[in-house]
Amino acid sequence: MTLSLSKDTIQVFKEQDVVFLKNRVKETAVRIKMGLVNQTRLLTAASELVRNMMRYANGGVCIIEVVSSGRNNGVRLTFSDHGPGIPDIDAAMRDGFSTGKSLGLGLPGTKRLVNEFNIKSKVGEGTVITILKWANG
Amino acid sequence: MVTIQVDLYDRLALNLEADLVQMVNKTSAKGVLIDISAVSIVDSFMGRIIGNIASMSKILDAETVVVGMQPAVAITLIELGLPLKGVHTALNMEKGMNLLKSMIDVTEEDEDQEQEADDFITE
Repeated sequence: MTLSLSKDTIQVFKEQDVVFLKNRVKETAVRIKMGLVNQTRLLTAASELVRNMMRYANGGVCIIEVVSSGRNNGVRLTFSDHGPGIPDIDAAMRDGFSTGKSLGLGLPGTKRLVNEFNIKSKVGEGTVITILKWANG
Repeated sequence: MVTIQVDLYDRLALNLEADLVQMVNKTSAKGVLIDISAVSIVDSFMGRIIGNIASMSKILDAETVVVGMQPAVAITLIELGLPLKGVHTALNMEKGMNLLKSMIDVTEEDEDQEQEADDFITE
């Protein structure tokens, strides 16, 4: 069972918010004594997702949670936006697929960096992406 | 030579790209050395900017070497699926400078092969 220990909601609509969000994620990761490599993975994943949110949906909300399962602690991030949504999630999860002019590594790359990755999207309503990174693992 | 001392956000990275390429042209530089030892995360966007700087400098006849990448950043980049192909890397500033010198003036240094050993991404 996974328990949520703390919850922090951050609105991200401006570029300054992105910097603030990254700092909060980092603080949270440091607080649960996440190792440096995992911190870097989590921050990079967060950076990818928040960029997508800014680029395709003009911003959204990120919830930072500290979760606990047994002895293991982790950070869960939920990014939700009210953007255009993703019509074909399977395609979006493939390496090299991009509707923008980027490399198309954002979503599949992010999935490789974290322990759990969940994506829900409805065209015209928005996208919710949840990622979880355990402190050890 | 540029050292990046803060974590770049997107606009700053784009400015850096434009400024650097302009400077390469203005000063007819032969080499670009980018120190990223203070950068704690490189995501796909930053990786693309670094790649862009290298290829843009290349067609302006300048070589690019990225130095001082943190181990955690290297791990993350590879897992992300971004091997930074075509970007020369070196462990530190000094080795980066040697690598640049060997690339710019190959005639003076014959044993530029040994510099390859310092590459920790393309090893």
